[in-house]
Amino acid sequence: MKTRAQTLVTRPQLSLTDGAFVLKGDLLIGTIDQLNTTQGLAQEIDLSRVGQFDTAGAWTVVKLERRLQKAGLSPQIVGASPLQHDLLDTLRRNMPTDDDISVTPLTVADRLEQLGRKTVAALREILAIIGFLGQVVATIVSLFRRPARVRWTAIVHHMQHVGLNAVPIVSLMAFLIGVVLAFQGAAQLRQFGAEVFVVDLIAISVLRELGILLTAIIVAGRSGSAFTAAIGSMKMREEIDAMRTLGLDPVEVLVAPRVIALILMLPVLGVIANFSGLIGGALMSWIELGVSPGVFQSRLVSNTGVWHFGVGLIKAPFFALIIGIVGCYEGLQVKGNAESLGHLTSISVVLSIFLVITADALFSIFFAILGV
Amino acid sequence: MAEDPIISVRGLVTRFGKHTVHQGLDLDVRRGEIIGIVGGSGTGKSVLLRAVVGLLKPAAGQITVFGESVRDTSAEDYRRLRKRWGVMFQDGALFSSLNVQQNVEAPMREQLNLSDETREALAAIKVRMVGLPDDALQKMPSELSGGMRKRAGFARAIALDPEIVFLDEPTAGLDPIGAAAFDALTAQLRRALGLTVFLVTHDLDSLHAICDRIAVLAEGRVLATGTVAQMQDVDHPWVQAYFKGPRARAALAQKETA
Repeated sequence: MKTRAQTLVTRPQLSLTDGAFVLKGDLLIGTIDQLNTTQGLAQEIDLSRVGQFDTAGAWTVVKLERRLQKAGLSPQIVGASPLQHDLLDTLRRNMPTDDDISVTPLTVADRLEQLGRKTVAALREILAIIGFLGQVVATIVSLFRRPARVRWTAIVHHMQHVGLNAVPIVSLMAFLIGVVLAFQGAAQLRQFGAEVFVVDLIAISVLRELGILLTAIIVAGRSGSAFTAAIGSMKMREEIDAMRTLGLDPVEVLVAPRVIALILMLPVLGVIANFSGLIGGALMSWIELGVSPGVFQSRLVSNTGVWHFGVGLIKAPFFALIIGIVGCYEGLQVKGNAESLGHLTSISVVLSIFLVITADALFSIFFAILGV
Repeated sequence: MAEDPIISVRGLVTRFGKHTVHQGLDLDVRRGEIIGIVGGSGTGKSVLLRAVVGLLKPAAGQITVFGESVRDTSAEDYRRLRKRWGVMFQDGALFSSLNVQQNVEAPMREQLNLSDETREALAAIKVRMVGLPDDALQKMPSELSGGMRKRAGFARAIALDPEIVFLDEPTAGLDPIGAAAFDALTAQLRRALGLTVFLVTHDLDSLHAICDRIAVLAEGRVLATGTVAQMQDVDHPWVQAYFKGPRARAALAQKETA
């Protein structure tokens, strides 16, 4: 074993001669798959001509020994050095038992059961999120009854991260949406000679729907995932448990400032998105249709009711609440490993975007019934 | 043991920014021994381990393992060298997305071209050899206790039947019974597999129970090497405090009564 040079190995061989299995060559983890198999029976296994020998080699010997024992023989190992004997003994003690657990294929009933379990789990998840929503809202309300407990520093910190730092990306996105709407709208409206209606098209779609919806989607991807990752990694390092033992409520310390910051900042981001969407649209209308900014402005003021703007902005705090609640909830679900952190972060983004769009659809129906 | 040392470190200097960790460190490890590396916090025990296995580039010095340089070597030679040692990190460092069996199979999968059946059987044997129950094979690292994670990390380190295993604080954070069992496991596997063990530890019981030699790190170099008994006579305040402190006396007394 001391002379185990890994560069020079000879191919192992197994042969059956004179009532004994004779092993030759190097029986190493890198070579044992080249070993030929032999059927047949013998009372002896001769290791005297084996060169290098490791666990994998010992495993093949013990495997052979087991096979012979099953055939009713009691084979002897001869020619093994004391070290090889020790290794063989270690292997015999640690060989897995032969009766492997076989995997039974899934039946239809099993699949139905899985479907049922997954459905129930999904319903429970929804209930849990609603429960968490209640807990957060209750915490926030009780916080404002005792303003001394509100963590202003944390709120301002998160406002900067979710609000101020998102301004460039949100305004660029909205500007481009305005440009695209004007461009596409112009191509269609020109056919009717109704170019000037492009102003109504841009104003209503940006102010009512697109400005706030796309802002919410960007914020969900930017800040919702950051909430999950930050709270999740605290959970992994047992910081959340440490807080609880110190009498700090994680919902009050971690969740409330984030949710409050989002509720305050998302409407602001929405207004910024509305402005830059209108600017983009006005610019493109001017270039493409010759609608001057002055005409754009007067038509905007005279034809677009202020309620279009109001409808868009009313939705903002609700979207913020959804993003904040889902992001923090998923973060608190993280278990001890990095795998679950990544998994839940992606769930958090997908779920909050899905819920934001669902809420937007419900708002549309609601406002249609109200007639605003 | 007249042959060349299996690991030889000469004039090692490592720095992090302005902070010098090792200042001309020399160390020889003989084939087949368990050498315990001890030293106070921040004396660079783990840094030494990382330098020897080539994870960290030293500022100066020569490190040879199996007579080959770890630093000035081609990528291909380093790959070949790496196959001949196994490393167990402090908390096992198991891959969190793989279960225990896949973790132990990982080095075999990467380095060798084994059939599925052979690989699975060998992984199961290695897991049993480190004293884990069979049902641990299918568990994810997050489902294991700290001690089990360390054992699984050990199983992965010996997956390729290496000649040297590097253990970074294997008994830290284990209860005394678990720590003693881990020591016994190390000694048993050393015997069975003919390993050389490079053991970074704080645990006086491990030093007494299984180490053939001890190297004390202090002031950026190896202060002394020798058996536990020889350490009693080293005239240095840290060594005296370490080997003659109340915990050391307890460990010694325990060894004598055992």
